[in-house]
Amino acid sequence: MAGAAVLGRLTWRVANVVDVDVETSRAKTISFDVPGWPGHRAGQHVDVRLTDEDGYQAERSYSIASAPGGTRIELTVERLDDGEVSPYLTDELRTGDRIELRGPIGGYFVWEPDEGGPVLLVGGGSGVVPLMAMIRRRDGAGSTADMRLLFSSRSWDDVIYRDELERRSGNGLTVVHTLTRTQPPGWTGYSRRIDGAMLDEVGPAPDQEPHVFVCGPTPFVEAVADALVRLGHQAHRIKTERFGPTGG
Amino acid sequence: MTTDALRLDGNSVAGLLQEIFGTEMTTAVGTCGGCGASEPLGAVHVYRGAGVVLRCPHCANPLVKIVKSETGTWIGSTGLRTLMVASSTVD
Repeated sequence: MAGAAVLGRLTWRVANVVDVDVETSRAKTISFDVPGWPGHRAGQHVDVRLTDEDGYQAERSYSIASAPGGTRIELTVERLDDGEVSPYLTDELRTGDRIELRGPIGGYFVWEPDEGGPVLLVGGGSGVVPLMAMIRRRDGAGSTADMRLLFSSRSWDDVIYRDELERRSGNGLTVVHTLTRTQPPGWTGYSRRIDGAMLDEVGPAPDQEPHVFVCGPTPFVEAVADALVRLGHQAHRIKTERFGPTGG
Repeated sequence: MTTDALRLDGNSVAGLLQEIFGTEMTTAVGTCGGCGASEPLGAVHVYRGAGVVLRCPHCANPLVKIVKSETGTWIGSTGLRTLMVASSTVD
């Protein structure tokens, strides 16, 4: 596993689109078959490169959503209206199309089942994508590690992987949603931005020394990480991945 | 938009770093020449402009600057005291 994931030189590979699934009104999951794909670890990403007719190239990073296995990988991409790459990926790509990508990339924001739990995952919007790879990896490995996902979305319809998260819950996995803008009638869950009180209620206590992974937009990640440190979690156990406003 | 909102972290340049160093670098530990703090490169702050600047998350000291040009890639690292790449990740 480690050998496959840390191979040195990165090479651009041709990836074939084999499936496109709608997740929400703004997000799609694109499945690729990547000949020669060396395997990956949960939490790693790929760089995607688009080249136009004039030779102009644009590169963006996207987290891998799927658990490791074979030469197929899935990316879940949220459409950013003023983005340079994401509108192409979500609106234009069709089964049979090809793009260039390289990876797997990264080794810091990674969880392996043999690290065990407890694990606290905190995601904002499409920041859930690498966390979903960890949830899928946990199930795929038959792990029953205590894993909790605190997931912030704007509305119930904006919850990426909503049905699958529901299905995978139990057996040690707890999923807690907060809906920050609108809530469906009768909603009894959280309806505010993630704060210290919420993290205290949902997450393992600091003395349980959970592995913590936080992914989302920069202000979200920093607010959550600061709140976790104030609760007494050790900074070095909190791994963060920010995606900025220029992404997409 | 504030400068803070433009901040990324070392994960966002993992591909660029691997391109330059030939191995996975987000788990490599850098020690700041300013304050002496050590962090995995995945955890340092990153700002993108004409190039990329990696800054210490504790004191904001610039650790590494990377600029790609048509002729090559310029790397300045005067702010980095040491960089430790774990032997298990070196091919």
